[in-house]
Amino acid sequence: MPQSADKVLDHAPLFQQPEYKEMLENKKVKFECGHPDEMVKEIGDWTKSWEYREKNLAREALTVNPAKACQPLGAVFASAGYEKTMSFVHGSQGCVAYYRSHLSRHFKEPASAVSSSMTEDAAVFGGLNNMVDGLANTKALYDPKMIAVSTTCMAEVIGDDLNSFILQAKEKGSVEADFNVPYAHTPAFVGSHVDGYDNMQKGILQNFWEKAERTPNESINIIPGFDGFAVANNREIKRMLDEMGVEYTFLSDVSDVYDTPSDGEFRMYDGGTTLEAAAAALNAKATVSMQEYCSPKTLEYAASKGQEVAALHYPMGVQATDEFLMKISELTGKAIPETLKKERGRLVDALADSQAHLHGKTYAIYGDPDFVYAMARFVMEMGGEPVHCLATNGSKKWAAKMEELLATSPFGKQGKVWAGKDLWHMRSLMATEPVDMLIGNSYGKYLERDTGTPLIRLMFPIFDRHHHHRFPTWGYQGALTTLVKILDTVFDKLDQDTIIPGETDYSFDLTR
Amino acid sequence: MAKDHVNGPEDYEALIEEVLEAYPDKAKKRRAKHLTVSKATDEAPDATTGIASKCDTQKSNIKSIPGVMTVRGCAYAGSKGVVWGPVKDMVHISHGPVGCGQYSWSQRRNYYIGKTGVDSFVTMQFTTDFQEKDIVFGGDKKLEKTIDEINELFPLANGTTIQSECPIGLIGDDIEAVARKKKKETGKTVVPVRCEGFRGVSQSLGHHIANDAVRDWVFEAEESEAVKAYEPGPYDVNVIGDYNIGGDAWASRILLEEMGLNVVGNWSGDATLAEIERAPKAKLNLIHCYRSMNYICRYMEEKHGIGWMEYNFFGPTQIAASLRAIAKNFDETIQENAEKVIAKYQPLVDEVIAKFRPRLEGKSVMLYVGGLRPRHVVTAYDDLGMVIAGTGYEFAHNDDYKRTGHYVKEGTLIYDDVTGYELEKFIEKIRPDLVGSGIKEKYPVQKMGIPFRQMHSWDYSGPYHGYDGFAIFARDMDLAINNPVWGMYDAPWDTPAIAAE
Repeated sequence: MPQSADKVLDHAPLFQQPEYKEMLENKKVKFECGHPDEMVKEIGDWTKSWEYREKNLAREALTVNPAKACQPLGAVFASAGYEKTMSFVHGSQGCVAYYRSHLSRHFKEPASAVSSSMTEDAAVFGGLNNMVDGLANTKALYDPKMIAVSTTCMAEVIGDDLNSFILQAKEKGSVEADFNVPYAHTPAFVGSHVDGYDNMQKGILQNFWEKAERTPNESINIIPGFDGFAVANNREIKRMLDEMGVEYTFLSDVSDVYDTPSDGEFRMYDGGTTLEAAAAALNAKATVSMQEYCSPKTLEYAASKGQEVAALHYPMGVQATDEFLMKISELTGKAIPETLKKERGRLVDALADSQAHLHGKTYAIYGDPDFVYAMARFVMEMGGEPVHCLATNGSKKWAAKMEELLATSPFGKQGKVWAGKDLWHMRSLMATEPVDMLIGNSYGKYLERDTGTPLIRLMFPIFDRHHHHRFPTWGYQGALTTLVKILDTVFDKLDQDTIIPGETDYSFDLTR
Repeated sequence: MAKDHVNGPEDYEALIEEVLEAYPDKAKKRRAKHLTVSKATDEAPDATTGIASKCDTQKSNIKSIPGVMTVRGCAYAGSKGVVWGPVKDMVHISHGPVGCGQYSWSQRRNYYIGKTGVDSFVTMQFTTDFQEKDIVFGGDKKLEKTIDEINELFPLANGTTIQSECPIGLIGDDIEAVARKKKKETGKTVVPVRCEGFRGVSQSLGHHIANDAVRDWVFEAEESEAVKAYEPGPYDVNVIGDYNIGGDAWASRILLEEMGLNVVGNWSGDATLAEIERAPKAKLNLIHCYRSMNYICRYMEEKHGIGWMEYNFFGPTQIAASLRAIAKNFDETIQENAEKVIAKYQPLVDEVIAKFRPRLEGKSVMLYVGGLRPRHVVTAYDDLGMVIAGTGYEFAHNDDYKRTGHYVKEGTLIYDDVTGYELEKFIEKIRPDLVGSGIKEKYPVQKMGIPFRQMHSWDYSGPYHGYDGFAIFARDMDLAINNPVWGMYDAPWDTPAIAAE
């Protein structure tokens, strides 16, 4: 009997005990009716071949292990960044359970949202009653200052009209007529979570800006975009803007609500863009998006109000941060202070110190379009080579922009861009054209297992490592975090490969 | 009721009243029917637990109220996430937009042995990734092509299931016709499941629909080679409703095998299609999660004459009682073996209880889970000297609440389809020593300074079933409650506020 109170065996070692191994072998032989081991081996090898890769890349209907989520997730994330705002997702209720779980598993934080809980009858008659009752219940129970409404695909397919439903609910007294209920249609069958983010942002701004008069001032608005590292990245951007003495408003800031303290109080809401600030943001001189692909419609809307707009691609790395600071400087007329220049110098210093270990390393990179752009660019700044660059939610336009980027550097020469492809495609790419490192999210661990390529987790969602998102990846400081993660991976691999005593440990060097 | 904390069960009725005050009238009336305190009953106490209370006075299995933050999921979660998803040698297509499959990808911890992507597919996300044109023009053609591509790229998959997401039923697709056509073309099993998320009121209908799909598309199909080749024996049993979360089914199977039983099929953790197909040839169905799989057991009883019984492998008291009850269905050899198994593990049980019970004795627990756990795990806590203050189900039916009376004492707070608001208030006022619920509840509760364990996923631990699992369960409850972090919530320079009475 393997188990004991003294040394409790967890699942991993427990099922490696002889009793269990024998039991599982017996189950396999007697009851499972599986395929012969040789056949499994043969097919397994075939899935890593060039022939398989061609078949795999020719897929037209099936998606396997995509790296994207659906629109409402982005809407819930965007809404969470406003002061005392409750997300109300109109449609089936299971979806909301999924968004909340997904966000909680990444941030290790509460994630609150409600559903209008539509079922069969609502599918037939529409969900107006659900909206009417739902808004009243949400207001009464959770005391929000704003309720941000988005939709699941069920409500979209039956064609529920949010504008009219919310007006009718207000007429029926669900919430006061002047209570803020911004909304966005967020069909799951169009785009991905980054589009849901964009649509909700636009919906919220429209709620405040549509009937207001703009009196331009010198302030600028920042749209951070959907970002798993938002908690630390937003704070880092604010720190840099403070150093520059810029007046700014974050449009959706989740850095407090997804990072509440443990002190005995559960804060369903914390921090976020105040509603007054959201309204006043109309007057800003400019709106700058940190992630172009998270904000096309919102920026277009801001521009239509007379603001200058600019879009970046995830300000991570040297040039991306340079561009961010120069853009802010250009828009505000404020100089980039010496302190930030010094930070830049320290980052470049670190890159120079470690360049020998970074030069020529090859990478597979996947994630949201702006992230992949920034990551590939930063990798090239290190002298690394992005070989496979993949975004399941990347468009053809994105692919063209990526190709342009790769063409700017000799390190981008062998890089290929894969828009709309998934992680099963990536498996084929990595099996046939291996790379040194994989950069992505937790789902990448399956690629790590299947191809033996070490995974660096820099993209949402990260479920199986804790607290990485509490450290910034944006700005010069953030680039250091990113750099160290990559270097640790390089050095850990080097140590792992040289750790056998008397066999490989002649290279088990103390100083590297 | 301005007290900060309730003193005990005598205050629970008043607590319910107080919590309901926050609702608008219509919602208040509806929610009042879901919150009760277990009552005294004339029924004879349960033979194993010695307990009898009345827990079924409230409403259950009815629609959640809009806007209240129900914890419930949907029918798709019940079918793909619970019943079908763990069947390892089949590809389960999340048919519709990308989200449902993405959020449920690899989250149930259904352990299995196999080469993922080659002969096993549990921790993969297959989807038709619906786009606008699929909604407008229908998705049947895309589904057909999807199945073709699966067969080409995953030739060792023994079948596919089609897990419908919301749009499928709304746009009038005929997935059954696609399934029949593909089955005819390839000879491989194709199971269409109408588990659109808007159907029913919770995961529960999804379980039922998934059970019906087993009946209609596996049992009713012509006998497979696996079935034909199988010689039934007198000790064949199926384990039904064990999803092998963190290895639960393995820690259970080992006990049944030690007793001399043959576990022909384990539904559905670590299962193959053959294990599903052969089930009707067994002698007895052993049900762990009654809620999610009683339907197919009733069908097998009716159609194939196989009896079924519920058992409970949480905690040594119930494990021993269950092993004896299972053995009673067989001959003396098996009955003697059951006693031997119980005796063999008794020293482990004694050790575990000696080590952990003193650290946990008298600690109070509130549970809010799904399926069988709100009652089944109660006796495992009893074995450790812990006390249940409240328990509730996400998607139970009346028969679950009836059974709960055999597990919880009179004066236990019972909450059905609890809302975020209610649960937070109940926990705040009762301040139990431990809460066991899900990921959505974990962080709010911990922020309040109350220890928490996820009781769906075993908080990434497990197994909790069987004797080996009980040791892990006891250790986990101890590490949750007795960690130093709970003592660090207040900054030492702040004078603790004295609650005004």
